[in-house]
Amino acid sequence: MSFVDQFWQLTVTGLLVGAIYAVIALGYTLVYGVLQLINFAHSEVFMLGAFGGLFAVRALLPSGNINALLSVLLVLAGLAFGAASGGLAAFALERTAYRPLRRRGAPRLAYLISAIGASLFASNLAGKEFGRDSVNLPKDLFTYNTEVFSVFGARVSSQDLVVFLVALAMLLILDRVVSGTQLGRGIRAVAQDADTASLMGVNVERVIVRTFVIGGLLAGAGGFLYAMKFNASFTMGFIPGVKAFTAAVLGGIGNVRGAVLGGLVLGLVENYGQFFLGADYTDVVAFMVLVLILLVRPSGLLGERLGRAA
Amino acid sequence: MTTAVSARLSSPLARRLGGCLFLALVTAVVTGPDGSNVHPLDGVKNSLLNTRVFGFLVFGLLLFAVTSLSGRTKPIGLTQVRTRLSQAVGQRGTRPTGYLLLLAIAVLVPLQLSPAAQGSLFLDVGIYALLALGLNVVVGYAGLLDLGYIAFYAIGAYTTAYFTSSVINGKVVYPLPVHSPLLLNPFFVFPIAVLIASVAGIILGGPTLRLRGDYLAIVTLGFGEIVQILARNSDPLTNGSRGAFGVPPLSLHIGGFSYTWGQDALPYYYLLLGIVVVVMIAFSRLERSRIGRALAAIREDEVAAEASGVQTLRYKLLAFAIGASTSGFAGVLYATRQFFNPETFSLQASILVLTIVIFGGMGNIFGAVLGAVVLQGLAYILRDPIPLIGFKVPDADRFVYFGAVIMIMMVFRPQGLVPSRRRKREITMSEQGMGSADSLGSGEVSA
Amino acid sequence: MSTVLEVKNVTLRFGGLVSLDNVSMSVTRGAISAVIGPNGAGKTSLFNCLTGAYRPQEGQVLFTASDDRQSQLVGKTPHKITALGVARTFQNIRLFPALTALENVQIGVESRQRSGALAAMLRLPSNRRDDRDSVAESVRLLDFVGLRHRVHEISASLPYGDQRRLEIARALGTKPSLLLLDEPAAGTNPAEKRELEGLIRRVADTGVSVLLIEHDMRLVMSVASAVTVLNFGKVIASGPPEAVQRDPAVVEAYLGAAQDEGTGT
Ligand SMILES: Nc1ncnc2c1ncn2[C@@H]1O[C@H](COP(=O)(O)OP(=O)(O)OP(=O)(O)O)[C@@H](O)[C@H]1O
Ligand SMILES: [Mg+2]
Repeated sequence: MSFVDQFWQLTVTGLLVGAIYAVIALGYTLVYGVLQLINFAHSEVFMLGAFGGLFAVRALLPSGNINALLSVLLVLAGLAFGAASGGLAAFALERTAYRPLRRRGAPRLAYLISAIGASLFASNLAGKEFGRDSVNLPKDLFTYNTEVFSVFGARVSSQDLVVFLVALAMLLILDRVVSGTQLGRGIRAVAQDADTASLMGVNVERVIVRTFVIGGLLAGAGGFLYAMKFNASFTMGFIPGVKAFTAAVLGGIGNVRGAVLGGLVLGLVENYGQFFLGADYTDVVAFMVLVLILLVRPSGLLGERLGRAA
Repeated sequence: MTTAVSARLSSPLARRLGGCLFLALVTAVVTGPDGSNVHPLDGVKNSLLNTRVFGFLVFGLLLFAVTSLSGRTKPIGLTQVRTRLSQAVGQRGTRPTGYLLLLAIAVLVPLQLSPAAQGSLFLDVGIYALLALGLNVVVGYAGLLDLGYIAFYAIGAYTTAYFTSSVINGKVVYPLPVHSPLLLNPFFVFPIAVLIASVAGIILGGPTLRLRGDYLAIVTLGFGEIVQILARNSDPLTNGSRGAFGVPPLSLHIGGFSYTWGQDALPYYYLLLGIVVVVMIAFSRLERSRIGRALAAIREDEVAAEASGVQTLRYKLLAFAIGASTSGFAGVLYATRQFFNPETFSLQASILVLTIVIFGGMGNIFGAVLGAVVLQGLAYILRDPIPLIGFKVPDADRFVYFGAVIMIMMVFRPQGLVPSRRRKREITMSEQGMGSADSLGSGEVSA
Repeated sequence: MSTVLEVKNVTLRFGGLVSLDNVSMSVTRGAISAVIGPNGAGKTSLFNCLTGAYRPQEGQVLFTASDDRQSQLVGKTPHKITALGVARTFQNIRLFPALTALENVQIGVESRQRSGALAAMLRLPSNRRDDRDSVAESVRLLDFVGLRHRVHEISASLPYGDQRRLEIARALGTKPSLLLLDEPAAGTNPAEKRELEGLIRRVADTGVSVLLIEHDMRLVMSVASAVTVLNFGKVIASGPPEAVQRDPAVVEAYLGAAQDEGTGT
């Protein structure tokens, strides 16, 4: 099949995966905004969210048939539990791997390293506790519901639609939160200049914790979406994590709308690229994008800084 | 109401008690039984709802008692720091007898070990000590983070496979589907691999280091992954996941003299010991040279270093390339002893080397080696249950512990087991707001 | 009289804020010159443009090295500019805090050395010679600035005035033909100021041109042979110190600033 034949299918998949990258990328961008640090453990927050949502759905799954309403409710429950697990994980992460260092005024390198330690710890502990095989969502959650509609001949399952719409909704909500609420103003103030923000009466500590938790809620729900589309395993965080970071840099790290744009663009580029290079090289494409953007336009498509984003 | 509660919770004593008990419970879970994806909470449940948890809680309380009673960690005043620092600087003296003693231990102890332990001593301790020495130049000296360090090791190993062949049962075996028209003795591959690895390092680091320092971490992370993917999927070049089989062992032929490093691990170990000692000497000279000083200046204040004429980018790149070439060198050594395939060069291996450097003490040469000996030694010993306690660390769980080691070091002892004096001073000072202690760009972490 | 530095129409903006507005000035070789002006006038910004820390949007900075070769400094990296022969100190002292006084100066001295990593690891003769030279030259400079007795002390543990002098020694280590001093007397006591005055003269006597930013008018009047006055990023006067001191625009600028400060506190 030629690229033209495949184009719309690739586009649909690209947007779908891209939306998930965007949701994760927000966590990187928010934390980068307030701390100017790459949160290397964010990928594990995503992974724990996936497990949280998945196990919750499995526990709640009735033995009988599933009708459409029940299916929707289960997905919502999965999202809620996924988000809660992610938020909790992010909170614990901030408490254990970041805050003690901040209290001491540690050098930046120390934060990167402790986050890597946290990531290693969390993913391998998840492997120990949840087994090392990948886990799927119960297959019959969507069986009644396999009808497919098509866009220009590209097949879209309703599951895909759900994933995409939920991701989109989360992105919109976050954008509102950052631009329109008191907390959002706090985040932007800290991102611009933490010292000044602190002098102006912003509780910087609290803003930092909440920024982590917001990123965690999103990543957790995103993890559940990802697990719904693919599967969950203790190592699942790494690749989407690197890609989401790439998306954040692509859009302009620290910039909320940039992260969304970056996620979608990366999803598309990666899927088109995969058509030419083969599925084995999908991840290589994402990395190329990262290196290219750093070489050509390190401040990203929309420019950096959280403060300017909204 | 909430403020009252949080006020009580944030009293230092309560916070420390909470921290100690939390640590105890986490330890209980980590050392406890596994769960499964069918019963995801069983592991935690069986760890916590079990009499053993009391043992851990007692341990937590003890920890609390010890940390609270023994010299409450008051922040020391600046003047005290000053006098202590001035004292510390005066007494730099080399202790040749100490070094000789260590060397004697390194030479004699392996003779007493079982062949399996000797093999592990070469592969797990020796090679990783060498790797850690190289990464220490990047992390410890240059204050940068390289998360794809093992990729250069892979480059060294595959280069060796490309340039060598062996004869097995009368048949010539090429380790890879492609091979160099000119086949070499592995010893001659060392300079080639070092060159290729350092060029790869410069190509990767050159553009990245111009940007923020922390971008190097993510780019190297991606690079490590790419190298592994390429090795795995380029069957016509690398044999894919089947790996490279048939790299000859090291051998020397000088005039009439001929020696081959065979099945026995000890000769390999002694060769490696020699190399490690030489590298230690070379790198400690590097640190005390103008290059080491320039790197220290870059860590402490990049703007001032530039203004003092230091070519900051060039020095960072140099350190990065020295790290890469050490890794490539180790890759050659590894390839001549052990079969390898793409899975050998995982991200976890990179992070393991990092753990060793952190644990031992960033910037300290002895720390790097000691870190490899202690961490890898413990991992080896704990494969089997300890008598009496019955505690052991299954291979699969090892990285839970390494992750914990990294975090604990960063929180409680960022300078590592054997700190570098200069590095420790930098950390203390930067925590008091003077200078920095890495090369990740200016700007403080907001607090 | 030749000029060592020629600043032509330099303009530096930060967003809407114009920090330097069409600044032109020149520095005479071998002389001690000064830049003065109220707080926020743009003095440090000017230094930053001269040393490559900032890149002005417009204008040129022409530097004539001791071998009469002229180069454009705008667009060059700081270490290149230092290599050409322009060294500086910082208003808020920037030493390498965990290094000793000697090591701090060595960093400057060694920026002119060329022995590489391999030479260092093998202790080749070139490296050993570099090391010897660097120590000897650094000790000489520490002696020159009066810090002989502090050689092995950690720089952060030195008293404030010594830190300022150490920074000068480090800058001199790079063998500059032009030395830029950003408020070298700030925060020092009267005795230290007198010593500093002597030090600046001795530096100039070695043939190094000096350009200093200073708020202490007495010091400026006594050492500088030419003064440029900045206010709100503009040059409002320049010439010999006595003439500048009487210039009504200067009096106005300082009076205005003094009044501001008076009402501000
Ligand atoms: N990096 C920067 N970003 C934004 N504005 C800057 C920056 N650097 C300087 N400025 C602005 O440029 C103006 C001039 O500052 P500069 O530091 O050059 O003044 P100065 O004459 O050295 O003052 P002082 O006597 O207080 O040292 C100020 O308004 C300052 O806020
Ligand atoms: Mg100033």
